[in-house]
Amino acid sequence: MKLSNLLPVLMLALFTMACSSSDDQAPLVINEVEGLIKIQEISNSTHTIELFNKSGLFETGFNDISLRLKDKVTDAYIEEASISWMPMMQMPSMQHSCPKSAISKVAGKATLYQGNIIYQMTNTDGSGWSLDLNYTLDGVDYMASDTISVFQSESQNVSSFTGSDDMRYVLALIAPEKPIIGINPMEVGLYKMESMMAFPAVPDYTIKLDPRMPGMGNHSSPNNTDLIFQLADASYQGNLSLTMTGYWVLNLKLINAAGELLKGKDVTVENTQSSLYLELEF
Amino acid sequence: MKKGILCCFIVFFCGLVYAQQENNDVKKDTTILNEIIVVGQRKLSNYRQEKTLSSIDDYLEKSNKVTMIKRGGYAWEPALNNMNSERLNITIDGMQIFGACTDKMDPITSYVDVSNLDKVSIGSGQSGTENGHNVGGGIDLQLAASKFHGAGLITNVDLGYETNGNYRIRGMDLEYSGQAFFLNFDGIYRKSDNYKAGGDKEVLYSQFEKFNLSLQTGYKLSEHQTLEAHAIYDKATNVGYPALPMDVSLAEALITSITHSFKADSAFIKSLESKLYFNTITHIMDDSQRPEVPIRMDMPGWSDTYGFYSKASIQENKHNISLNLNGFYNRSLAEMTMYPNDPNQSAMFMYTWPDIRTLYSGVYAKDDFQMSNNETLSVSSRLGYHRNKIAEEVGLGSLQIFYPQLKASKSRVLSSFAANYLIKKPQHDVSFGLAYGERAPSVSEGYGFFLFNSFDNYDYIGNPTLANEKAIEANLKANYHKNRFHIGFEASYFHLMDYIIGDIAETLSPMTIGATGVRIYKALSNASIFDVYLNSSYKLSEALAVNATLGYNRGRGSNDENLPLIKPLSFMAEFNYNTPKFNAALQLEANGNQSNYSGFYGEDETPAYGVLNLNFGNLFYMKTNKVVFKYGVENVLDTNYSTFADWNNIPRQGRNVYANLSVVLQ
Repeated sequence: MKLSNLLPVLMLALFTMACSSSDDQAPLVINEVEGLIKIQEISNSTHTIELFNKSGLFETGFNDISLRLKDKVTDAYIEEASISWMPMMQMPSMQHSCPKSAISKVAGKATLYQGNIIYQMTNTDGSGWSLDLNYTLDGVDYMASDTISVFQSESQNVSSFTGSDDMRYVLALIAPEKPIIGINPMEVGLYKMESMMAFPAVPDYTIKLDPRMPGMGNHSSPNNTDLIFQLADASYQGNLSLTMTGYWVLNLKLINAAGELLKGKDVTVENTQSSLYLELEF
Repeated sequence: MKKGILCCFIVFFCGLVYAQQENNDVKKDTTILNEIIVVGQRKLSNYRQEKTLSSIDDYLEKSNKVTMIKRGGYAWEPALNNMNSERLNITIDGMQIFGACTDKMDPITSYVDVSNLDKVSIGSGQSGTENGHNVGGGIDLQLAASKFHGAGLITNVDLGYETNGNYRIRGMDLEYSGQAFFLNFDGIYRKSDNYKAGGDKEVLYSQFEKFNLSLQTGYKLSEHQTLEAHAIYDKATNVGYPALPMDVSLAEALITSITHSFKADSAFIKSLESKLYFNTITHIMDDSQRPEVPIRMDMPGWSDTYGFYSKASIQENKHNISLNLNGFYNRSLAEMTMYPNDPNQSAMFMYTWPDIRTLYSGVYAKDDFQMSNNETLSVSSRLGYHRNKIAEEVGLGSLQIFYPQLKASKSRVLSSFAANYLIKKPQHDVSFGLAYGERAPSVSEGYGFFLFNSFDNYDYIGNPTLANEKAIEANLKANYHKNRFHIGFEASYFHLMDYIIGDIAETLSPMTIGATGVRIYKALSNASIFDVYLNSSYKLSEALAVNATLGYNRGRGSNDENLPLIKPLSFMAEFNYNTPKFNAALQLEANGNQSNYSGFYGEDETPAYGVLNLNFGNLFYMKTNKVVFKYGVENVLDTNYSTFADWNNIPRQGRNVYANLSVVLQ
């Protein structure tokens, strides 16, 4: 009696399970952006470019961005393209760009491309930035462009400043993305503003690190190391010790290849913060 | 003050000139070398008599070698031979139990009450290794024994009141005992407001409240075998620590065990007792009662211990052999969350004890060999395997800041050997002992992470690379009795190698706001601690007696600094009058100037002091019921004083009038 009552329910359950699994398998390519959130689409008459990252937002500082290029007619994602980009900030009197990497195909993925952009500033409402995308398919050049929204990060993860050599620099925190209590590998990008449009990475400087907790009487931590330029990643890398969770100020001093101090100050009892610093909260 | 001390000396040396026997309520059974303190609410004791309802801490303090380190009115930390928690092995009836507070605010003694215990067994140095390794000694808080005495139902009611701190005590004990079954339930409740130091000065944050419940039951399986189960639940709330920047909102313990015992007079094995146990402690430290703090914080801690022991005693010819096989597994976890004054900043979190798992198993053997009618040679040894593991990955990461090569687990082998020779003649006895012992670093010493010590104002970082601390120990004890006179001498010398103590790390930045700096636990190549006591008593008449003790202690490290918390010259004298139904005592307790204080480890010179106590006790019988009434005045002269053992010099209680009433209904 009871079993016969249960049977229809069981059948129904099995059926729906079967349905849902076949649904999952249909668009195979979706898996390539698993864990990523779409920020925006930029399109022209022929193609749509989808932009992704982990938060689904552009924010000031270092942005690790994934892209896909879709043919509007076939709805297929394009596997062989050469893409470049140019982010642009429109100011009242002029416009400028920001540091960025080249875009390259993600190893092991069919349709996914990756690059990064470091927005050094934004307007309070997120406006002001636009993104131009240039790509080549089968020898034909295409272009797509749109305005984008770049929001202010909660903590200062990028700093734009003039060094004692009268050059303008942009310095951005790349890692740790998810800090832990303990020794974190730390990575910082340093770029020189050669012109309004050119921000090449600066090699062979040294960045001195002194992390502090202002909430704990400027408590510091031991075994931090200076950040040294690593050619392979074109960034500065070292060790950052964090003794607890909370709000940290990473006080920095920028020293050029000749050993001259370009920016920053030692943290002392009187001077509680360097003039060059980044923030971290976790 | 000087006059007071002079007076004491006169009393003391009077005691030397006359002659008489020792009062024996604090029994010193020299054959087992352990000092036994009898704990009892319903007895009239005459030797350095206690308030019958006083805490375990008060009872312990009456022992020569034990001093209590005080951070407030509650949960004092016992020290033996001038060594505290880490260097001692403190157990409850052979069960290992570890406090859950990183700042030692919850010594084990705070989780039991007088209502739970029969006696406390104190083994100095390596004579205290029956239950575990130590260098300073072992304290075993022994639970009430099984009660197959067939007395039926007995009810006890205890009431106590003390004027200083408006301290109230209520207790009740229900006991049913048959020939093959018994059930005992007891509960005690204590509550005290802030106490007042001499001169009517209130000591803020010295209040406490606690209750303790205990349920014990036993069944006789056969003539030789019994099975017992025991559970203690102890909960303290709103405990203030005037010497510390934080208080405790909750200190809670559940202590459980099942024991099987076998006893036979005729068999080769005289007794075999096996116990399985589990205990869990929750300790919540917070600062919500303090109006002004640099930063608000919570510091909860947890400690769970699972363990067993099996001990046997064997008698064969002139050998009396005891064996003990035991093991335990402990989990200690403590964390700290700080709330920044800027509400926009997120809370700061760290593990102060990163979930340390300790596994120990070991074996102990002791032989008391009766060499002749009056000579005994005792030899004992303990061997054990000890392993620590950091279970919390975040904790491992945080310690790797200081020790990048650190691995999650570390194993050690611990050993202990002791030999003691005793010669006992009718009028005198002499014993001499030599011993070697080792201990593993405590969880704080090995793995503590920014533990603030308000004593020296430094943050402490544990050191997982520490070697075992080792001690070579020599002790000499001699007693002489003639007629009504008794004199005893007792001295021990400890040479400690790889002595674990904090060392200033100049380059490190403290975490605690206002701390002077950071110390890392390091090992001094050696340290030495010496203590000597002279006891004497004289019985003036059948009822009237006088006794006195003079003590001196010294401790020094290989860095040429004095060790901290070393007791200075101490003196205690008592006149007591004692009949079966009434007793009275006048006590004088005094310490000399702490001239060998340790400035390096945060001490200052504590001046000499002397206090007078006056105690009375009455025993009444009403039909079959018994009434014990104890009353008296402590610190009669309302002296404002603190001792070397008072954390940050918090003053001790001023004048206190107390009354304890216990009724036994049968």
